[in-house]
Amino acid sequence: MQMPTPDQTILSRKDHIVRRLRTVLPDDAVIDAPEETRAYECDALSAYRCPPLAVVLPASTKEVAAALKICHEEGVPVVPRGSGTSLAGGALPTEDSIILGVARLNRVLETDYDNRFIRVQTGLTNLSVTGAVEDEGFFYAPDPSSQLACAIAGNIAMNSGGAHCLKYGVTTNNLMGVKMVLMDGSIIDLGGPCADMAGLDLLGLICGSEGQLGVVTEATLRILHKPEGARPVMMGFDSNEEAGACVSDIIKAGILPVAIEFMDRPVIRATENFVGAGYPDVEALLIVEVEGSEAEIAQQLARIIEIGQRHNPVEIRESGSAEESARIWAGRKAAFGAMGQINDYMCLDGTIPVSQLPFVLRRIGELSGEYGLGVGNVFHAGDGNMHPLILYDANKPGDLEKAESMGADILKLCVEVGGCLTGEHGVGVEKRELMDAQYNADDLDAQMAVKDVFDPAWLLNPAKVFPLAATAQRRARPMAAE
Amino acid sequence: MMVTSESELAEAIAGAKGPLQVVGGGTRLPVSGEVLRVGISGVKLYEPGALTLVVGAGTPLAEVEDLLAAEGQRLAFEPMDYRPIMGSEGEPTIGGVVAANISGPRRVQAGACRDFLLGVRFVDGQGRVIKSGGRVMKNVTGYDLVKLMAGSWGTLGVLSEVSLKVLPAAEAVATVVVHGLEDAAAIKALSRALGSAYDVSGAAHIGQGTEARSLVRVEGFADSVVYRAGRLRELLGGFGEISVEDDPARNAALWKRIRDVEDFAGRAGDVWRLSLKPSDGPVAAAALRAAFGAEVIHDWGGGLIWALVPAGADLRAAMGDLPGHARIIRASADTVARLGRFHPRPAPVARLEAGLKEKYDPRGIFNPGLMG
Repeated sequence: MQMPTPDQTILSRKDHIVRRLRTVLPDDAVIDAPEETRAYECDALSAYRCPPLAVVLPASTKEVAAALKICHEEGVPVVPRGSGTSLAGGALPTEDSIILGVARLNRVLETDYDNRFIRVQTGLTNLSVTGAVEDEGFFYAPDPSSQLACAIAGNIAMNSGGAHCLKYGVTTNNLMGVKMVLMDGSIIDLGGPCADMAGLDLLGLICGSEGQLGVVTEATLRILHKPEGARPVMMGFDSNEEAGACVSDIIKAGILPVAIEFMDRPVIRATENFVGAGYPDVEALLIVEVEGSEAEIAQQLARIIEIGQRHNPVEIRESGSAEESARIWAGRKAAFGAMGQINDYMCLDGTIPVSQLPFVLRRIGELSGEYGLGVGNVFHAGDGNMHPLILYDANKPGDLEKAESMGADILKLCVEVGGCLTGEHGVGVEKRELMDAQYNADDLDAQMAVKDVFDPAWLLNPAKVFPLAATAQRRARPMAAE
Repeated sequence: MMVTSESELAEAIAGAKGPLQVVGGGTRLPVSGEVLRVGISGVKLYEPGALTLVVGAGTPLAEVEDLLAAEGQRLAFEPMDYRPIMGSEGEPTIGGVVAANISGPRRVQAGACRDFLLGVRFVDGQGRVIKSGGRVMKNVTGYDLVKLMAGSWGTLGVLSEVSLKVLPAAEAVATVVVHGLEDAAAIKALSRALGSAYDVSGAAHIGQGTEARSLVRVEGFADSVVYRAGRLRELLGGFGEISVEDDPARNAALWKRIRDVEDFAGRAGDVWRLSLKPSDGPVAAAALRAAFGAEVIHDWGGGLIWALVPAGADLRAAMGDLPGHARIIRASADTVARLGRFHPRPAPVARLEAGLKEKYDPRGIFNPGLMG
């Protein structure tokens, strides 16, 4: 993976730049000692590392604005960082960049149950948003699996999803407004407690823009009352085709579960060895969860089980208690950890049309044979968002490259069958060079034109999302001011 | 000028000599320029098991709705039909719905049109065909131009194709009706319902005095609807006299009346649409009544106000400091020219919008002035 050559003129002006940043931020909010900047050298895509020039940790929107203004004047690239949990390298710095971390922006600003929103600073973690409202019976719906650690800022940047988005949608469907700082230091508000926008849907454009258009410092988020209850059913099948057809039939029957999770045999076996959730040894396992009152849950589960019975299930196990529910979910929740016990793995995130599930799973199996790398599949089946886990050995020379190559083949396959490269993790640096597989030059140009408007000098997180060659001219910075 | 394919559309735009008025069914207020009618019609893909529909932008909305209904599905965002209040004719198209992000009462539960839009193909001002998004439900590959196009009213590009997520139609429906509430109490009741666990899919308030009705809709499987309507009835019991409407046809008519703002159809005066923080709904309504003798309908739990006012009234002045925005839906050309159809945006936001317009439509030929 390539990153742009660092700008030597910026490196040589490091002391000057850091000094200027210290004029607008408290001393401890500007980090430039090499032993301390190292903590920011990577995110959760830890195969790639590079310490930044310096790190700033502003504690208010004003401080963010002041820091960005200086970086803008100095022509220094800025890489915004939430909690550093990106699996796509969204917060990976370059040597000549400033990391702008939002960790100190961690206050709840307003909760409004009558109007069903919460306004927070974006360094707050996803789970603590729900934590702030759950005493009143409310929750914030998007629930990425890193929710204990991941920041709302990163959720907005990547338009994060989660296990329950089949019913509740992803971040963009639950984001009502933002306060954000543009690269030149100007502060804007988009959306708010109203349902829609006065003009163009710039809020929708910001969400998922991977920190390339501005730094979001405050967010207004929709909160919902918790359902009365939730309960899953587990269904095991001897073929991926049957499991896939079952998913389709559930949806066609007019049932909208909150989650339909799918695991294949390698993952089932790995989790059984790891946590012993009591899963049957089958080709494909579905966990389907529904919500509502006890009677509503029972009725929906009965319909789902009836549909499952039509697809030659090996086993169907309906949860009858909180303990049984926890047990059914235990394997799924431990799936990534269980695969990690076997070997290093690379987690992909392509999305496919649900109808292509059996074909894509078969083809992934073939690719696994061709490359000689094991692969397990665990994913959100209701919305086709796959998470193939490619097993490799990081200590074995060439294995990472082989895994990356296989990953690229799988993602191109996702695009070929009508899907996309990434459903919820983002492009970052990881899938940047694959964008050509999904979009042609005009499509990409239309996207890059947006960045031209928000960040004309291409200083915000510049080496991400788009193929490096496509952005080379835009990233050229003759202007670095003295 | 009428185009029936994407390539014709691209040619027409590349060869345009002046401003174009982009039109689907032509059911809303016209702007200036040569009419460019998008007649790119037809279903490209419909997979009920994947809840996915891909159609030409010029496909009539009615055709889309019939197709979905045959499979027990629907457009969950409940797009309104503008013809009754506009007094217009023509056949609404799905592209028009998307371009204006038209969303009905169910927005409080399901979301807006933009939340169901999975992908678009459009032609920009230079005649280039651009695609964004796709046909899958989760897609964060690159910037979300899909959201940008929804609600851009044809000012950035002309839609040729749209992909939509569809949802199952409800097996049953019921509306809990609270009688005779003043606005403030009504919006409180609607908030209470929307903040409950009972998955409310419509929350509106119409009429005044003893004729006032606060409406709370639930939909889903039959037993579940009965259960939730019962719980809501208890929850709202302290607010006033309550009845439950469970007849499917009467429910359909009632919510169509709200959705299409039928109460203002064929009546003199201007129609405005205000987007507000729901609890500000009663404050805004009182201000509009005091200033203009406005007639008001509350939807979206108070977050949306439809107002019928004397011709030429400026509702934005009456809104004061309330956060939100007001849009002209129906008024004379003079009033539109004087007040602007869309609420003015703060300068830094307006600059960004203008910057995008400049990039996507450098000649400024699409619906000039419409959103400005």
